[in-house]
This record gives sequence, C-alpha cells and structure tokens, in this order.
Amino acid sequence: MIAFFRRRHGGLVIVALILALLPLFFQNAYHYDLAIRIAINAVIVLGLNLLIGFAGQISLGHAGFLGIGAYASAILPSHYGWPPLLAMMAGATCAALLAALVARPIFRLKGHYLAMATLGLGVILAIAFKNEASLTGGPDGMAVVPLSLFGYELSGEKKWYALMAVLLLFSLWASTNLIDSPFGRALRALHGSEVAAQVAGVHIVRYKVAIFVLSAVFASLMGSLTAHYVGFVTPNVADFLHSIELVTMVVVGGMASVYGSLVGAALLTALPQALARFEGWETVAFGAILMLFMIFLPRGIVPTLAARFEKGKE
Amino acid sequence: MLAQFLQFLFSGITVGATYALAALGFTLIYNASQVINFAQGEFIMLGGMLTVFFLASGLPLPFAVILAIVLPAIVGLLIEKFAIEPAKGAETVSLIIITIGAALVIRGLIQVWLGKGTHALPPFSGNEPIHVLGATLLPQSLWVLGVSALVMVALWFFFNRTLFGKAMLATSYNRLAADLVGIDTKHVLTVSFALSGALGALGGILIAPITFTSYDVGIMLGLKGFVAAVVGGLGNGLGAVVGGLLVGIIEALAAGYLSSAYKDAVPFLLILLILFFMPRGLFGAKVTERV
Repeated sequence: MIAFFRRRHGGLVIVALILALLPLFFQNAYHYDLAIRIAINAVIVLGLNLLIGFAGQISLGHAGFLGIGAYASAILPSHYGWPPLLAMMAGATCAALLAALVARPIFRLKGHYLAMATLGLGVILAIAFKNEASLTGGPDGMAVVPLSLFGYELSGEKKWYALMAVLLLFSLWASTNLIDSPFGRALRALHGSEVAAQVAGVHIVRYKVAIFVLSAVFASLMGSLTAHYVGFVTPNVADFLHSIELVTMVVVGGMASVYGSLVGAALLTALPQALARFEGWETVAFGAILMLFMIFLPRGIVPTLAARFEKGKE
Repeated sequence: MLAQFLQFLFSGITVGATYALAALGFTLIYNASQVINFAQGEFIMLGGMLTVFFLASGLPLPFAVILAIVLPAIVGLLIEKFAIEPAKGAETVSLIIITIGAALVIRGLIQVWLGKGTHALPPFSGNEPIHVLGATLLPQSLWVLGVSALVMVALWFFFNRTLFGKAMLATSYNRLAADLVGIDTKHVLTVSFALSGALGALGGILIAPITFTSYDVGIMLGLKGFVAAVVGGLGNGLGAVVGGLLVGIIEALAAGYLSSAYKDAVPFLLILLILFFMPRGLFGAKVTERV
C-alpha cells in the first residue's frame, strides 16, 4: 500500500489534499471562480502535454477542439433541446472524429509543417464559429443553458469547484497511469526517435493518431464544461491566441511533466487576472513574462526544480 | 466577366505582394536559424502604424517611410540579440513561444502608445483609378507591385552577387560548414532578423493605404505570410514569392466568387490541402533524414 503511494500516486495524494483544503482559504466567490478556471485549464493542458511533451507532436490549433465542445453544448441544447450531457458527448465525438480524420495526413508532417497544419485547422474552426451566425450567434456569441445531470442542476461556485476537483484528480490519475503503461512507453519512444520506435515494433502512426484524438477529446469536454460554467460562449474560445496560451501553459509548466501541467495552468490562468489592473499593459507584461520564462527556464518550472532538487540530494 | 476576373486578380496580386514580402521575412529567419518568427506579422503592423504616426507628427512621407522601415529593422535586431541568442539550443516549441512573446510585447506597446483605433494612410500618388480592360486598378496597387518587384530583384542581387549575401546563403545550407570556412554565422543571424523586420514593415507600409491598419492587423497578416512561406516550401526564397502571390490571388478569387465571409479561412484551407498532398510545399526540397 505504502509502496503503491510512493511509486506513482504520492503526488496525487498531495494534490487531493490541497484541493480539499483550499476552500478553507477562499474568502469570496472570486477565489472559487479562479480555482475552477485553473482546474479546467489544467485538465486541457494535461491532455495537450500528453501530445506535446510526451509524444513530441506540436498542436497550435487546440483551441479549435475546445470550441467544438463549447459550441456543441451551446447549440444542441438551446436550438434542438438536447440534454446537456448528450450534447457534451456529441461534441466530444465530433472532436474525436475530426481529429482522427485530419490526424493521418497531418502526422506525416514534422516540426514547423505540423505546427502550420494544426494552426490552420484551428483558424478555420474559429472563422466558422464567427461566420455561422444563425447557429452560433456570430462574433457576439450566444448564451448557454446551465449544466444539469439527470434533472439535477449544477449551479453555484461550490458545486462547480467540487466537480472540477474530482475531474482534475481523475485526469491526473489517468495521465500518470497512461504514461506508465505500454501506450505511454510507446509515446515516449516515438518522441525519442521515430525510426528506433518503429524498429522496436511501435506502430507510430497509430499511436500519434490515438494521442491526438485523446487530447482533442479532453479539450472538447472541457470546452463544454467551460461553456456551461460561464453560461456564455464567443468565438474567442477557439481563437489562435487561446491555442497559444494553452501551449504556453504546457511549456512554462514543463513539457512531459504531469505536475508541470498543473503548475503551468495555475500560473498562466492567474497571471492575466493579476495583470488586469495594469490596464493596457497586460499584453506587454504577459509577452515579456513568456519570453523570460523561455529564455531562463526553457525546460519549464517543474522539471527545472526537480533537477535542482535531485542535484541537492547528491 | 473578364473585367470582374481581372478586378479580383488585381486585388489578389496586390495583397499577395504583401504576403510575399512577409513570407520572404519568414524564409530569411528560418534559413539563418531554423526559427519560425511569429513576430513577423508585428513588423507588418509596425510599418503601417509608425508611418501613420510619423505623418501625423508632421514628417514628410519619404522620411516617415524610411523611419518606419528602419525602426522595425532595429526591433528585429533587438529580438535576435536579447531573446533568440540567449535561448540558443532550446527546443522548437520554446523558440516559437519566445517569438510569440515578442509579438505580444510589440502589439501591447503599440496599443498603449497609439491606441486601438483603425487608421488609413493617404495613397502615395493620388486616388485616380486606372482603367484596364474594364477593371480598375488603384495607383497604390502599382506602388505595391513596383516596390515589391524592386525589392525582390535587389534581394536576388544581394544573395547571388554580393559576398555577404552568399555568406548568408552558405549559412542556410550548412551552418557548421559555414562556420568552418570563416563565416561569422552569428552576424548572419542578426542581419537576417533586421532584414526581415525591414521587409515586413515595407509590406505593411505599402498596403496600409488600401487595407487600413491598426494595432492588431499583424496577427492575420503574419499568419498568412507564414502560410505563403509554407506553400512555397519553407526556406525557399522563390517559393516564398510565388506562395505569397498564389495565396493572395486564391484568397481574392474565393472572396469574389464563393464567399467573402470565409475569405480569411481560404489561405488556411489551401495550406491544409497542400500539406496533405505535398507535405513539403510546392517547391520544398526532398529531405532525407539521418537517424
């Protein structure tokens, strides 16, 4: 039992404790709100980190999948009367199908060409959300019905916090397990060297497609939840800059680091809020901080700290 | 029929020339350092916005234009010196994020300094349209095409007939070998950032009287320039020019005949199709990778 915790789930227990104790320090709804947003981003970033950090494939269009989920949850219940849960599933299925469809040709590409292809996909989706005004409300966006599960309506910060805390823990647990599974080893192998992985019997295309689809589904589900939580959705959710923000969270927290995803999401979700008071200067400050992080901590916060800690022990 | 087609073609080539200049900027930096500079679009924005500002503060047009080209070149140089060079050897994603950070800083500063308004530059030589076979051509389009063509000839001369241009080409072929024969590759890197800053700004200045300019035009223009560079096969100068014109023309034709709402999506659809079927762009070299 103890060995079980030490081996893989020690960090998970600590995160669970933090998530349980945090509400004691929350003084107002704003704190809950921030925590919920961080948790949502953390789950997306976990999925994206599996793709970027572990499998070594970049995606600059991930916000597009977020948009698919968000708009599925916005459009299907209010225009066609679908139950929210079903709409969420439909969105995730849509995202998965689209990801699977484009993944095969896209993943023959490498480096900058892959970046370009995923970027293009994201931009096209964002433009579609903006233009199909009769369905999506156009650039002004549209309202989203509250999330209800089997007749029970989820509302209020506390319930949302509880839901997101559970989802975050589940995603953490799932990601750590996935990385330690044969699937995870295959991903890391193809990151190291595709040819070597292939020689060792890893079907690289299948794995790349699988991880891309998985991260798209993570993003779509979280897009749905964000839409329900905020109660409103605009095309900005699928914006190129949002994709960039997500990738930045991965890199700042630490590529190929599960807990790095958490730190990156927390830092870069809280930062713009903290910068908002420097009216007008927030873009400048955000950009400058990105550059500084990449120059001085190119491996990300968590891996750098971990390396330093290891060194200190010796 | 023909008149309409010509009309779309004219506007396509005009915008395409700007994309081509941006794509050349991407290509220059990519060749010198394998970095995709996502701040390229901000150079385009800087060109237009700075010209507007200098004109408004009373400088005559030629001086305003020169300043609006020189300043972005200096900005490019600063980005290279203080952001790209210290991060030597970082992963591609990190370098991409650094240039995105730089783009945000530039855009933010302009937003704080010059505001969020949309500005128009006066055309360089009047607004009297020229009639060609029933279609109209703005004098500004001639400026765009003429100056772009001149710049491309100058670049060709620079890379094929001058020692420093050849040194830059050599660096793009093989950095280590260039180092070994005594080429100062660090210097090459700095110059390519400055040169792309100037090229982007020039495109931004030329197109500003036609398409207007504001602090946030850089995002789309930059991304389309990137599309153009990839269409032509990243790293290929001629490809960048052809790619830019192609993207501009197809975009204009699609906007005219199909749907103007999806105009901005067209270049990205084009690039997806090209990458699906020709993974290295139209002019990309076949590369065998050593393991």
